[in-house]
Order: sequence, then C-alpha cells, then structure tokens
Amino acid sequence: MALQELINKLFMILPHEAVLYEIEDLKPYECDGLSAYRALPLVVVLPHTEEQIIKILQLCHATRTPVVARGAGTGLSGGALPHAQGVLLSLARLNQIVAIDPLARMARVQPGVRNLAISEAAAMYGLYYAPDPSSQIACSIGGNVAENSGGVHCLKYGLTVHNIVKLRVLMIDGEYLEIGGESLDSAGYDLLALMTGSEGMLGIVTEITVKLIPTPEKAQLVMAAFDDVIKAGNAVANVIGAGIIPAGMEMMDKITIHAVEEFLHAGYDLNAAAILLCESDGSAEEVADEIKRIYAIMQQGGATKISTSRDEAERLRFWAGRKAAFPAAGRVSPDYYCMDGTIPRKRLADVLRGIEKLSQEYGLRCMNVFHAGDGNLHPLILYDANQAGELERTEEFGGKILEMCIHAGGTITGEHGVGIEKINQMCIQFGKEELEMFHAVKAAFDPMGLLNPGKAVPTLHRCAELGAMHVHRGEEKFAELPRF
Amino acid sequence: MRQAIIDQYKAVIRAASENKSPLQIRGGGTKHFYGNSSFGRGDTLLDTTMYHGIIDYEPTELVITACAGTRLTDLESLLAQHGQMLAFEPSHFGANATLGGCMAVGLSGPRRAAAGAARDFVLGMRLLDGKGRDLRFGGQVMKNVAGYDVSRLMVGAMGTLGVLLEISLKVLPKPPVEITLRMPMDEAAAIERMNQWAGKPLPISATCYVEGVLFLRLSGAESAVRAAQAKLGGEELVEDRDFWQSVREQWHDFFQSDKLLWRLSIKSTTIPVALPGKQLLEWNGGLRWLLCDASVDQKIIRKTAKDAGGHATLFRSHEFRDAVFHPLDPVMMKIHRLLKEQFDPSKILNPGRLYPEF
Repeated sequence: MALQELINKLFMILPHEAVLYEIEDLKPYECDGLSAYRALPLVVVLPHTEEQIIKILQLCHATRTPVVARGAGTGLSGGALPHAQGVLLSLARLNQIVAIDPLARMARVQPGVRNLAISEAAAMYGLYYAPDPSSQIACSIGGNVAENSGGVHCLKYGLTVHNIVKLRVLMIDGEYLEIGGESLDSAGYDLLALMTGSEGMLGIVTEITVKLIPTPEKAQLVMAAFDDVIKAGNAVANVIGAGIIPAGMEMMDKITIHAVEEFLHAGYDLNAAAILLCESDGSAEEVADEIKRIYAIMQQGGATKISTSRDEAERLRFWAGRKAAFPAAGRVSPDYYCMDGTIPRKRLADVLRGIEKLSQEYGLRCMNVFHAGDGNLHPLILYDANQAGELERTEEFGGKILEMCIHAGGTITGEHGVGIEKINQMCIQFGKEELEMFHAVKAAFDPMGLLNPGKAVPTLHRCAELGAMHVHRGEEKFAELPRF
Repeated sequence: MRQAIIDQYKAVIRAASENKSPLQIRGGGTKHFYGNSSFGRGDTLLDTTMYHGIIDYEPTELVITACAGTRLTDLESLLAQHGQMLAFEPSHFGANATLGGCMAVGLSGPRRAAAGAARDFVLGMRLLDGKGRDLRFGGQVMKNVAGYDVSRLMVGAMGTLGVLLEISLKVLPKPPVEITLRMPMDEAAAIERMNQWAGKPLPISATCYVEGVLFLRLSGAESAVRAAQAKLGGEELVEDRDFWQSVREQWHDFFQSDKLLWRLSIKSTTIPVALPGKQLLEWNGGLRWLLCDASVDQKIIRKTAKDAGGHATLFRSHEFRDAVFHPLDPVMMKIHRLLKEQFDPSKILNPGRLYPEF
C-alpha cells in the first residue's frame, strides 16, 4: 500500500497528532538505547487506547505492514529498532496505573507505565514491584515484559517472568488473548512464560498485572575490597555456599572502580582489583544476622578492606558508585558498548582473563561490572565512534565476548535481549533445529511474520551465511583445553 | 550410555510419528491419576525412568541438572545433603515420582505462594519433540533471555509438547529454622489474615486452613522466626513437618475420601467459596481444595473459579476422565492447537491428556 494511503487510513483511527510521518518527527524514534543501529519507520503511531491498537493491528494485518512495538525506548539490544517499511507502534501513551489491590498484592497497569512509578504508587501500602533494571526511572513495564528485564535484585526476587501474573495481549490480527490470571497458575500451556521476553514478536501487550511484594523492613550493605578477582569470586561462592541469598551481589573490576571513583568519590579502594557489594534485606533481626555472617565470609576470603553501611545514607552512597558505572564509562570514553553475557559463576576468572586478552588484541579498554550473584556480566567496551573502524572492532570484540560466554556454559544475553544486536550470536548459541522451533513458535502466533520482523531469532539462511559453528553449551570438542 | 537411551527414545518417537500411533509417556506412574484418561489403552508406552541420574550439581551455583527419569526423592536427598532444596516443594504422590513427571504436571506444594512455582525454578531443558528432534532451550544460568522461553512452556504441558530429557533447576538453601503456628478462627477471618500478613515483611513460608484452624509455617533465621512468632501469636505445633508433608502429599485426613477432589486456583483474597462439600485452603487462599459429590454441577464449580479470577481442575476422580482441565476460550484453544502442531505434528505425544482437542 502506498504510504499516503496508509497514513489516510491511520487518520481514520487516530487523531492527526498521533500519526507521525514527517522525517523530523520520525527522527526521535530512529533508535532505542542501542544507538549504533538506526532506521526510520514509515509512520509512528501513538495510540491512547486498546481499541485504537486493535484497529491499527487490523489495518497492518490486512495490508501486510510490519509492526514494531516500542515502550520507553531504553532497550539496549535494538529490539525497538524501527522497520523501514513498517509502523512503529509506541505504547507510551498507555501510561495509566489502572488499579492497585493492596490486599491481593497486585497492580494492574498499562504497558507505558514506568517501572519505578509502580513501586512509587504501591509504597503507601508498604509494597513494591521487585524487578529494578538500572533504567527503572525511565523504562516502561511493557518493555520489561518484552525483554524479561532483571536488575540488581534478581537472585533473590526474580526477573520479570517471576513477578507478573496476567497479560492482556493483542494478536497481530487484532484478536484478544488473556494470558495468566489473578490466581497463582492458569489452565493450559504457560503462555505467560512464552510471552515474557518474546521481544514484541508474538503479540502486543496492552495491560499487565504485576505482583507486589512487601517492602523489607531493613536493608544493609557490606562493601569488600579484594586484591584479586579470583578471591572476590570465591567470596561470592562462599556466601551462597553458606546458605545466604543476598538481596544484591555486585562486583566491579579495577578499571571500573577507578572510573567511578574519579567521577563520584564514593569512597572505593583504588588499590583493589575487585570490589564486592553484598546487600542483605528483610526483618531487622534477619539482616543483623546475615550481615554478621557475610562480614565473616569476606574476612575469611581475604578481603583487604571491609565496610558495613551504618545507615541508609551510607548504603546509598556505596551503591551510588555501582549505579554510576555506565555514566562513568561515558566520562572516560566518548562511547561505550555494553555487553550482557551470563556465565556460571565459577568460570568468572577464566572469562575475565579472556576479556583482558581480547582487550589487548583489539586495543580497546573494557570495564567489567558483574551481577555476581546470578552470573550476569556487563563488560563495557570503551571506544570512539569518530575513529574510523573503531565501532566495527568494538562489535567484533563484543561478539567474541559473547561467544566466550557460550563456551563457558552460559548465554549471550542475561537481561537485555537479543534484538538486532546479538542476532548473529544466536546462530552459535542454538542449533538449526532449535532455531526452527523458535520460528515455529513465532508462526503459531504471527504466521505472516509481521510483528518485529528480523529481530530476536535469525533466519537459518543468515546463520548459514555467517558460517557460525554451533556449540552445545560448552560441550565443544576438547572441552578440557583452555580457550582463553 | 545415556546417548544410547536417547537414540532408543528417538527411534520409538519416529516410529510412532510415522505410524501416527500415540505414545504414552510415563515416568514413575505416580501421577497417572491426574489429567484426562482419554488417551488410548493400546498405545505404546515410553518409559522415561531409563534416562536417570544427576548430570551436574554445583551447590554454590544454586543449579542442578538432572535426567527426567531421576527419582524426585533421590534428587531431593542429594540437595538436602548440601543444605539445599527444591523451593517449590513439589508433591510426589508416591515413592517413584520422577523429576520429569514433576515438571510435566507442573504442580507446586505448600511453599508455592512464598517461594514460587515449579516453572519459576526452571532454567533450561533438553527434550525430544514429536519428530524425535533433540532440542535444548534455556541453560544452566540464572538469567537467560536468548530465544523464547520454551523450557517453561513444558512445565504443566502434561507431556503433550515433548519428551523431557534433562532439566536444569535453580535450587535454594533450606531455611535453618521452621516452626508452625496454629490458630483457630473462621474461614473468612483466615483468608483476610493470610493476605494481610502476606503483604508484610514476615517470614511466612506456607499457609493452610482446614477444619476451622489456620496453620502458618515460618521459615528463616532463628532470630527472624522468633520475632515473627512474637508478632503473630498462636500456638506452636509440634510434629509440624508431618503436618506439611501430609498437606503436600495429600495424606492428610481431609483428603481421605471417595468423593471428587477439585482444585480451585483463584485470586487469594476471594471470600469463602460457597460450594457444596468441604474445603481445605492453601497459598493464602489462592488454592482451595474442594471435596464434593459427583452430583454437584461441574459448570457451577468452573464458573465459581473463573469469576474468582482463576480456574478449576478435577484433580481426582474414580470415573473415566475426559474434561479435567478448565476449558479454554476459542482464541486460546487456537493458539494451543497451533503450538501443539509445531511441537508434535503427528499428535502422538500424550494425545488428549491435557485437552481432548489435541
């Protein structure tokens, strides 16, 4: 269909100001949080209601027009990168908290509601929404569902998939599906799990019922410095081995410590090779007990310096450095590229050594921040996009890191999603038959492939062209040989 | 050795697929009573207990990977040796229960409302689909968003989407102290209290209301459990482990009956459900077991559950069963059939066990 005809039909569904098609209006939507990939859509639509979305989908379905959903646009894998021949469906205006049921501990919200806004609205009941991606001030809950977002408290409180109970979903043909329920399980297949993290490929989520949990009475933090990354890694294993599930457990390497300390003066030990932040939350009694045990484990693990937060202000100050890791990377380098591999924790030292080696090979610095409790590693590759070829080298370096994560028995993405960014590495993580199955699942929901085409799951053709070798979860030949 | 068993399974599946002859997937046979009985008696049996054993267990990684045929008791006792547990407290319903069966039914026990469900602890799976293809989804790490979450899709699918081979699960430390408080009260008060308490930072790990008494289990560090006990009051129950075991495995007197047993999974705050028969409540009121006569209209039970934000399952019945699970609306059924077609195009894997339509 001609563009003008599409626009005219959209005008019959939406007010004129909710249909954007002039280049200067499309520009702000050309990328999400992964700015290396950009494309202009044909049209951006900004519906207010579910009825409007149904009509938009029916129109796109009838005219075979691709549809890319977008929340707040903070995603880091290019999941909301527009399709040049498609409609970009912004859900930002569906931004209402529909209802909070404090006794049942649930909130019914529209997809454009910001993650943090849910916790803010629930605070008066002593409740909050647990997953807290670092972008929680800005990111939308709809995007969180699409990416199965995590945060720093996942080990104890779970990911998005563990914290939502019900979804209203529109299929590409505009049909309505209610997935999950207000009960703790539902009849039939677990489509709630399938939808969560499906990157806008299966349906459009128009309402989400999230679980709220009681705000812990108290939270306290132990900060420990180590002169060796391996010692820090062992301390993490020992905390968990002692039967403690910390509320948060974060590690930073030397280059990160220096970058954030320069920027923020959080009081980090500049001589340390690694700093661990280990948080306990719960009742006052529980926290006192756990903090004592964590302190002892850090001491036995050879920490060179240990501090326990004395009050809430100090706890937040200790955290501030970790939370400022990304902006700090932005200060020490014109550009940075954030990776998101997950590895079995015991392989941390190997993987960090491997990254160090690659860093030298490519002549690019790399900061490492690590959700140590759950093995989710965020290497931040520092580069300068204005230097010819540096972005390409960065992407290649990043790709190598992800392959290393697969070899270590891990995965290419822990919480940011595949999007467009890691689509090539999917050919390495999965074999032909698994990818075929992903396409088959997609076809069950969206047989014409109109929802977010080209994302999340590579075509077999693409993989064949890449010549990527499939490695079955660390079961490569000669697995006993070091690979770094 | 293990590969030889997989090859054998593959051959069985491929032959069945060619002949379009149904396979009955069976582990320890302890959950044979559950689900529709409409699948054929003349079908080929695929015995999953041959493929058993622990593949990998790293206590400090909080991850265990085991073959589907591994006995649940073996797995849980290994975890217990390291002070860990399956936090969803699955019901065994018999000594031979296997991990695969536990995943296929997807049922969780008393700790579910506090700790999460069986599906919440699944990290990855290896399975054979209806064409005999050996597929792996998810992995052995806590966070993994590469590809659709097919592993969790298998949980509760009653074996209709694949023959489970290996399962990776997140495990958790066993709480150092557990005590149970006993509080007589009426049902409406119990429902309100359970939900109020669930919204407070209290270490309540299980709830059960039966015959006019609310039972609360507290789990955690000694100091935290005792502080909560002081806040909550009630009388401490001795032999509390037996009590929770009896609820989990349905040995409790309540369940000793020839009547139909219905499982109503509904919004936890629902006021007492007025249906004929007697009830036992779990999960802060989110789970209501109903024992009633066969003469009670099924439609009323289903409607009651649906109106309360949930669904009803005919959990145990001595009759032939062909409509155990809550009916799906047409769009939902369409998606189910399409998914089934993708995973098992010849419709040979436990046909009819979940819904008669597939």
